[in-house]
Amino acid sequence: MDNILFYILSGISIGSALLVVLSKNPIYSVLSLIITFASISGHLLLLSAEFLAIVNLIVYAGAIMVLFLFVIMMLNLNETTEKNSNLISKLAATGAAGLLLISLVYIFKSYQVGQFSTQQLTEDFGSAHQLGKILFNEFLLPFEISSVLFLSAMIGAVMLGKKDLKQH
Amino acid sequence: MFNYLFLCTLLFVIGALGMMARRNLLVMFMSIELMLNAVNLLLVYFSSIHGDAQGQVFVFFVMAVAAAEITIGLAILVMIYRNIKSIGIEQLKNLKW
Repeated sequence: MDNILFYILSGISIGSALLVVLSKNPIYSVLSLIITFASISGHLLLLSAEFLAIVNLIVYAGAIMVLFLFVIMMLNLNETTEKNSNLISKLAATGAAGLLLISLVYIFKSYQVGQFSTQQLTEDFGSAHQLGKILFNEFLLPFEISSVLFLSAMIGAVMLGKKDLKQH
Repeated sequence: MFNYLFLCTLLFVIGALGMMARRNLLVMFMSIELMLNAVNLLLVYFSSIHGDAQGQVFVFFVMAVAAAEITIGLAILVMIYRNIKSIGIEQLKNLKW
């Protein structure tokens, strides 16, 4: 049962990931990226990471994709702006990606990972309770530092988004 | 044979392909998101195999960095669009020799 679900979800995620890269219209790219994120959340549910699955759905499909859609619709980018598609550079990119795939698969082929089963996990594995305990004990300092990161990102976005800084 | 390791590799390579082949800045950002998500999924997979939830906490930080990065990136994209009225990066060649 889990295997069938894994193969179905993998097919959905790979197909929609290809659609993200290959579709001409950026709006279709965003919509297929949302499908990819939803299927990745399904994968996370299969791996019994329930809290992370919901967070993934909220943060990526909810917040970041809405940001992308806002930018597309605000700048009116839905028509294709890619004019001269250079065939040589596309071929080179495809060849490089193929080489990357071959080398990564060659590395991972001999790599023995243990079989995943939900029986070996504890009852509250991946719950908000357990993750919160780890986050506020071992990872307290990175957690606080990431707030500084968000503050600087916020200030940077506001500064970049202003029309003319010199006039103010 | 086909397990999470190869699924994540495939998703990462698709993201890298989009990064290299496309010239639309928006699609390139989406490819970055795809690559980050592939790595996230692999982190969760290994954390589930080992029964250690620290990998899942690390995914939070990857998500935080991705959110901050995409905020700044989209702001820069809007700036570029205001200046050259396009988001194709083939027009950004002032630094090219």
